[in-house]
Amino acid sequence: MVKNKELVIIEEWCKGCSICVEFCPVKVLELKNGKVRLIDADKCTKCGLCELRCPDFAIYLEVKE
Amino acid sequence: MMPTVLMQGNEAVVEGAINAGLKFYAGYPITPSTEIAELCAEKLPFVGGKFIQMEDEIASMAAVIGASLTGLKAMTATSGPGFSLKQENIGFAAMAEIPCVIVDVQRMGPSTGMPTSPAQGDVMQSRWGTHGDHPIIVLSPSSVKEAYYITIQAFNLSEKYRTPVILLMDEVIGHLREAVNLDEYKDVEIFERPMPQDKENYLPYQYIENGVAPLAPFGKGFRFHVTGLAHNEKGLPTNDPKVTEKLIKRLIGKIENNKKDIVMFEEKDTEGGDILLISFGSSARACEAAMQELKKEGIKVGLFKPITIWPFPDKKLREIYPRFKKVFVVEMNTGQLYYEVDRIIKGNTYVGKINKFNGEFFTPFDIVEKIKESF
Amino acid sequence: MASELVERYFRKETLPNIWCPGCSNGIVTTAIVRAIDNLGLDQNKVCIVSGIGCSARASGYLDFNTLHTTHGRAIAFATGIKFANPDLTVIVITGDGDNAAIGGNHFIHACRRNIDLTVVMYNNHIYGMTGGQHSPTTPRFDRATTAPYGNIDRYFDICKLAIGAGATYVARGTAYHVQQLTKLIERGISHKGFSFIEALSICPTYYGRKNKKGTPADMLKWLKDHAVDIKQGSKMDPEEFHDKFIIGELLNIDEPEFVEEYQKILNNLKVNYK
Repeated sequence: MVKNKELVIIEEWCKGCSICVEFCPVKVLELKNGKVRLIDADKCTKCGLCELRCPDFAIYLEVKE
Repeated sequence: MMPTVLMQGNEAVVEGAINAGLKFYAGYPITPSTEIAELCAEKLPFVGGKFIQMEDEIASMAAVIGASLTGLKAMTATSGPGFSLKQENIGFAAMAEIPCVIVDVQRMGPSTGMPTSPAQGDVMQSRWGTHGDHPIIVLSPSSVKEAYYITIQAFNLSEKYRTPVILLMDEVIGHLREAVNLDEYKDVEIFERPMPQDKENYLPYQYIENGVAPLAPFGKGFRFHVTGLAHNEKGLPTNDPKVTEKLIKRLIGKIENNKKDIVMFEEKDTEGGDILLISFGSSARACEAAMQELKKEGIKVGLFKPITIWPFPDKKLREIYPRFKKVFVVEMNTGQLYYEVDRIIKGNTYVGKINKFNGEFFTPFDIVEKIKESF
Repeated sequence: MASELVERYFRKETLPNIWCPGCSNGIVTTAIVRAIDNLGLDQNKVCIVSGIGCSARASGYLDFNTLHTTHGRAIAFATGIKFANPDLTVIVITGDGDNAAIGGNHFIHACRRNIDLTVVMYNNHIYGMTGGQHSPTTPRFDRATTAPYGNIDRYFDICKLAIGAGATYVARGTAYHVQQLTKLIERGISHKGFSFIEALSICPTYYGRKNKKGTPADMLKWLKDHAVDIKQGSKMDPEEFHDKFIIGELLNIDEPEFVEEYQKILNNLKVNYK
């Protein structure tokens, strides 16, 4: 299941508030030039907490077919 | 044939409203309009309508707009102090183009004033009571029978032009009981809100010069946005000066450029003479009686009675007033409609004021006396 | 593309939203949308009504029947909608200033009437849209642009007010506890009668800065550390509890609902108007 999901970031919508970075349980996100980015895709557990707390709908898990 | 019945002005409003298709009333008690709420509470269930007494005047106006958005014809009634409170949401209805009818049974003001005494002091408030440039239609009946008919027209115009319509009554007409036969109105045309067809491309605020797009009811799959903010054709908020200017121009234009269809008035003995009286509501009734008296004394008097107070029937007045030596505006205030008449006549003819603002209504004698003084 | 939820329930052309970085309004709004989705409601039959303020802008972003009204009046508009068409699910989005100050009268009377509305109050303890003035829920001694020397007004507990005024479902959640908040909203929507959900939110730009509350994440952590679930809260002694607040379902009772009661009158009158 987990493998079928992919973390997607909509850069234009990200305001760099850092909420997702701070609450990521495995610390795989960081801010670069005011936008969030995934630094370690392998470590990402696809728990979805970032999506849950993103106020700007800018980060989410997409189910891959 | 319908029988001739004894009816009160406020009652005629309710009868007219129900005939026009009223299905929702929200209100708050206030003298001298309360009979309208009471009768709606009693009668609406029998026509499949709903009545709610809200916590205040502001909420009543809000609930009426909410109900109208679901597709129901909706109305509220009040008097001066409540009319002041409703202005906020009347402005919303004007901006968001939600049809609704607001009855203002005028009483003596300012403030609490004289709750049971008549006045016509809300002429300007009915036009400019809410902030910002906005369209509005204001109608004023001067008899019980007319109250019935004009209420129907208030709904028709409101639905047709997607605008709040103010029914500007006064305490005299509201509480007056007259024998009326409504037979002649039994086939009067009722305007029903058109239903848009295309759900995918629906533009609730589509730019139609001097017109309006049909308003879809909530819950029918159109899923649009309604806001008091300046908005684009979809109804979504905008800060674009061009879009905003276009919107405001259309809002004003849909009334101003359709005056021919909207404006109603009555004229009596306007072929020419010494004096043209301009009056509305119960004051116009006193004028009619005064005319009889003055005629006996050889003074030729005409009467111009706007039923549409706003927009004012300026074209008609421009046609009539040059036939008279003097014009007098007769109203139960210190002179409000006077300003509009003065604006139209532009000093070409003498325009005088005949006013009463002490809580008493005009007697014909009041008017006769003032006219004689002017000679 | 955006998430499935956003694609389905948001008006994408209106995004990104106008809220400040770290403002939790987006979090709470998503919780509402998720609740609607979880309940499987017909999108065409959902109506979102909002007042004025930061939170109120949510209605424009959402793809339902949406109505952005005047300041404090959302509940009164919503009452008209629900009463006129009971088939619609009507959800009100409001803020602490909108609902507890200027809209207070409409709020208490809707509670009393027990009309079937769901009101979600985004409580960020400040007027954000106008630039950080104190609201009825600004804590005592906290600062705001109109309380430069500290706020002397007492804190208004709107959940208690709702219970006192007759609401039949009352709950409090936070922007940190998103899953719980979603559940509380779901239950509020399902509840027949007037439902009130207070969503404790964060305003990092005005309230946070004025009161040195740190980053958006710090402020969310504060909510996490000071929230006590109602199940634990009753067991805590007052000393332990003094700077905490209760989250969870505070009230869930059945009382006659306004629209149904009106229908009963119609039934009793044996009205046949067709």
